Amino acid sequence: MSTQYSVIGTRPVRHDGADKVTGRAIYGADFQMAGLLHGVILRSPHAHARILSIDTSKAKAYPGVQAVVTADDFPEAPDKMVDLGEGETPLSHIRGNVLAKGKALYRGHAVAAVAAASLHDAEEAVKLIDVQYEVLPCALTAPDAMKDGAPILHESMRTKELGQKTDRVSNVAEHFRHVLGDIGAGFAEAEAVVEREFNTSTVHQGYIEPHAATALWNNDGRVLVWCSTQGSFVVRDATACVLDIPVSQVKVTPTEIGGGFGGKIPVYLEPVAAILSKQTGRPVKIVMTRRDVFEGTGPTPGCYMKVKIGARKDGTITAAQAYLAFEAGAYPGAMVGPAGMTVFAAYDIPNVTIDGYDVVVNKPSTAAYRAPGAPNAAFATETLIDELAEKLGMDPIDFRLKNAAKEGTRRADGPKFRKIGCVEVLQAMKAHPHYSAPLGGPNRGRGVAIGFWFNVGLQSSCTIAVNTDGHVNLVEGSTDIGGTRTSIAMQAAEVLGIPVEQVQPVVEDTDAVGYTAVTGGSRTTFATGWAAYEAAQDVVRQMKERAAKLWAIEPAAVQAERGVFSSNGHSITFKDLATKLATTGGPVVGRATVNPRGVGGSFAGCIADVEVDPETGKTTVLRFTSVQDAGRAIHPSYVEGQMQGGSVQGIGWALNEEYWMNPQGTMVNSSLLDYRMPTALDLPMIETKIVEVPNPGHPFGVRGVGEANIVPPLAGLANAIYHAIGVRMNRLPMNPPAILQALWDKK
Amino acid sequence: MATVFIPALLQGLTGGRSKLEVAGATVGEVVENLDRAWPGIADRLVEDGRLRTNISVAVDGEVSPMGLLEPVAAGSEVHFVAAISGG
Amino acid sequence: MPGKVHIHTLINNQPTDFLCEPRQSLLECLRDTLNLTGTKEGCNDGNCGACTVLMDGRPVTSCLVLGVEAQDAAITTIEGVAKGNTLHPLQQSFLENAALQCGICTPGFILAAKALLDQEPDPSEERIRFYLANNLCRCTGYDKIIRAVQDAAARMREEARA
Ligand code: FES
Ligand code: FES
Repeated sequence: MSTQYSVIGTRPVRHDGADKVTGRAIYGADFQMAGLLHGVILRSPHAHARILSIDTSKAKAYPGVQAVVTADDFPEAPDKMVDLGEGETPLSHIRGNVLAKGKALYRGHAVAAVAAASLHDAEEAVKLIDVQYEVLPCALTAPDAMKDGAPILHESMRTKELGQKTDRVSNVAEHFRHVLGDIGAGFAEAEAVVEREFNTSTVHQGYIEPHAATALWNNDGRVLVWCSTQGSFVVRDATACVLDIPVSQVKVTPTEIGGGFGGKIPVYLEPVAAILSKQTGRPVKIVMTRRDVFEGTGPTPGCYMKVKIGARKDGTITAAQAYLAFEAGAYPGAMVGPAGMTVFAAYDIPNVTIDGYDVVVNKPSTAAYRAPGAPNAAFATETLIDELAEKLGMDPIDFRLKNAAKEGTRRADGPKFRKIGCVEVLQAMKAHPHYSAPLGGPNRGRGVAIGFWFNVGLQSSCTIAVNTDGHVNLVEGSTDIGGTRTSIAMQAAEVLGIPVEQVQPVVEDTDAVGYTAVTGGSRTTFATGWAAYEAAQDVVRQMKERAAKLWAIEPAAVQAERGVFSSNGHSITFKDLATKLATTGGPVVGRATVNPRGVGGSFAGCIADVEVDPETGKTTVLRFTSVQDAGRAIHPSYVEGQMQGGSVQGIGWALNEEYWMNPQGTMVNSSLLDYRMPTALDLPMIETKIVEVPNPGHPFGVRGVGEANIVPPLAGLANAIYHAIGVRMNRLPMNPPAILQALWDKK
Repeated sequence: MATVFIPALLQGLTGGRSKLEVAGATVGEVVENLDRAWPGIADRLVEDGRLRTNISVAVDGEVSPMGLLEPVAAGSEVHFVAAISGG
Repeated sequence: MPGKVHIHTLINNQPTDFLCEPRQSLLECLRDTLNLTGTKEGCNDGNCGACTVLMDGRPVTSCLVLGVEAQDAAITTIEGVAKGNTLHPLQQSFLENAALQCGICTPGFILAAKALLDQEPDPSEERIRFYLANNLCRCTGYDKIIRAVQDAAARMREEARA
C-alpha cells in the first residue's frame, strides 16, 4: 500500500459523537432495569485493623433492605494465580480487595455491602452494620514500611527476588535489580556528578465518572454484568474467579466509560453486586461516591527515589544509578517494574544499576495510571539531567541529544531498542518556536523534559460484515474512552477503500466478540486497529473471490485499489459488488484476531514556561508545548487530545495533586474541591507537535499515544521553576507551601 | 546458540556470569538447557509450565506474546524482563 | 419515611410533573425519576459540574439543588439542547473540534457554555475559561473545549446575523 492514505490522517467526526453530545450515550450509572436494587458498600474507617466481628442483623432488619453480604459470602476457593491478560495476580489479593477478610488494610477498604430498593435506605442501613475492629498501627510511606519493626500488612508475605522467595517477612513484596556495565568505573570516569533524593505523593487518575456496575445473577445461573470498565473481558474473568464459576457463565456488557486512565482495569463492584443479586434474585446496581473513588480505588503510587548520574566534561553520560521504592498500597504491584525499565530508557548509558522495591503500605491498592511508574521515575532523572546540563554549561536539549537512545541502544533492563523516535522528538522540541521565544518577565523560567513509555500489544479480535448498501459493520471489544471506535474504523476504511462514515463500529459484549484485552497500555489503536486492518484484508480477499466469480476468472487476477475491484477491463466498485453477495455465495464477513509483536514505544517531550510568585509560592503555567512520536497519527485530533490530556494530568500531578494523609491514614482531601485537579482557568492552551517516526512493526506505523505524554511534565515544570526562582524541587507536588519552603530554605 | 542475558539477581546461580551461550529452538528449550548447565535457574523463571508471574521474555528486543513457546534463532538475544501493562 | 411532594416544572419546554422526597436532589429526580440520564453525576457535592443544567436560564449544579426547589422552574437539560434533529451549534462544534474524549463531562460543559453564549455572544478566551472553571474535564486538558466554544460562538453570531 502506498503511504498516500485517503482516510488515515484525516479528522472525521466520531461515530459515537451524536449520542455523546445529546446525553443519549449510556454510561455505567445510567443503566436501568426493572426491579433494580441499589447496593451500598461499607468501608473501613481505619487504615489498618483486624476485623474481629461483623454483626449485620440490625442492617438486615432495616425497612427495604433485601440483603447484606460480607467476604464470608464469597465461595471459599483455594488461592491461585489468576491471569487477567496483563500478568498474574493471586486470587486472594483480588478477592481480598473486593471485600476485606480478616483485616482491613486501608481506610476505605470495602468490608460489607447492603442492597435495598431505595438508595437512601441502603445508605441508612449500611450505617447499622456493627463491625468490631482492633485498630493496628499503620505504615503509610515506602520508607516507613521498609523500616525494621514497621507494622506488617501481610503476615504471610515474603520478599521475592526475581522468582526467589526469601525468608524475610517484610512489607517489601519484591526487589529487582538491573545491571549494565560497571557503575564504579562509570562514576570514576565522570567529571560532573549529581545526586538527589526525590519524593512523590500518591495521586489519583481522577476520571470524572465514578465506578458503576450492575449485576444480575440470572435464573439460568448466568451472571450478567453491565459496567463501566477499560476491559470487559478482564471484568468477566476476575468476576468469575472471585465467584469461583467458569468464565463462560459470566457475560459482561461494557457501557460507555467516563474516563479510566488505568484506574478502571481492576474490579471493585462487580462481584459484590453479583453476590447481592444471587441473594435477592434481582439486579443490583452499585455506584461509587467520589469519596469511595478516592478512598477505595487504585491511585498511582507515591514513591521515594535516590538517583545519581555522572558525565564527562564533553557531555557524555558515563554512569547512572537509581534506587526506587514505590508504594503498592495494600497489595503488591506498585508499578516499580516499569519505573525501573523507563528511568534511564531515554539515554544511552554504558554503566547503570537500578534497584526497585515494591512496598505494601496502608493505602488503597494502586492501579495503573497512564504510563504507570514512568512519570515518577522521569521526575528524578529529568531533573538531574537538567542540573547536569547546567553544570556542564550545555543547552539542556543538546545535552539530551548527545546521549539520546537510538535504534540499537541497550537498555539497562537488557533488550536493545528497535526503531524509536527519541532523537526526532528532541529535534522537534529544539526547532519549535516555543523553545526560542523570549520569556519576557522576572520570576519566569522555561523547563524541558522527555519521557518514554513502552506501549503494549496484547490480544484483540474484530469482525467486519458487509451490508448490501456497501457499508460495513465492524464489531470489536475495546471499550472506547477517547474516540477509538473511529480510529479503529479508519484503519478498516483505509483497507476497504471506503469512507470511514460507511464503517459502523460497535463495541460488543463478551458473548459477542472474541477475547480483547483492556483499553490501556496505549494499545487500542495499535492492536485492535491491527485486528481491524486484518479483518478488512479478509473482507477484501473474499470480495475479490466474488468479483472473480462474476467475471469467471481466478481470484488472484483481481486487483483491489481504493474500493474498486478490477481485472483486465472489468471493474466494479465495493458498493456495487456488495449488492451481489447473495448471488455470489452469500454474506461476506471478515474476521481477525491478533496478539501482535512489533509494539513500538513512544517518546514524548515538553517545553514549559512558568511564572512563580515569590510572595505566595504560586506557579502559573504561561505556555506549554507537548511533543510526541505517534508513529503514525491515525486521527490527528485524537492524538493531540491525548497529548493535551496527558500533559494536563502531568501538570496537576506536578503542581497540586496529592493524597493528603493524616497520621492515622485517612485521606483528608477526598473531595474534588480539596483534591483540586486543574480547571480551565488554571491553564493556557496546550500546544502540540506530533512527530511521526513510523513503527515498522505495524501495518500503518502506529505506536500508540495514550501514555508517554504524561511522563515529561513533572520534571519539565520542576526545571521551569528552577530557572524561574533558582530552587531545585525534589518533592511533589510543587504547591505554594512547598515552593515557599524551598525559597526560605535557600535564604 | 542464542545469547541469554542473566538478570542480576540470578547471577548467583550462574557463577556470576551475566551472559551465556545456550542452545534451543524455543525459549522453553533454552531454559531447559540453561537449567541443565546451571541447576535451579528454571525454577526461578518457570512455574507450572509457564513463565512466572511478572516475568516476560524478550527475544531480540521484542517482548514475546508466546512466552516459552517463542522461537529462538541462532544468534538471538534472550532477555527475561519484568512484565508490563499500562494505563 | 417522609412523604413525597408533587412538583410541577417545565423541563426542556415540556410541562413535567413528578413526585419527589424532600431529601432528593434535582439531579436524582432528573436521572432516576424522569430517566433523563444525560445529566451526569461526578461528585454529588458541587465540585465537578457534570450535573450542570439550566434553571431559568442560569447554570446550576443540579446535585446541589433539591428536587422541591424546581417547583415552577424552567429547566434545560442536555436532552433539550438540540432543536429536533438539528444539533445546537455547541454540540456540532464539540464534535467537529474533538472537544470530547470520554464524553462524561460534555453535557455539563455544553450547558454551561450555552448559558455563557446566550448572555455574551463574543467572550474572550479568558472569559470562557473563567466561566467554565466549575466544570472539570480530566481527558482533554480543556484546549479543544475552549476552541469548540469559541467556534460555536462564531457560528452563533453568524446565525444571528443571518
Ligand atoms: S455531580 Fe454535581 S457538581 Fe459534581
Ligand atoms: S472528556 Fe472525559 S472528562 Fe471530559
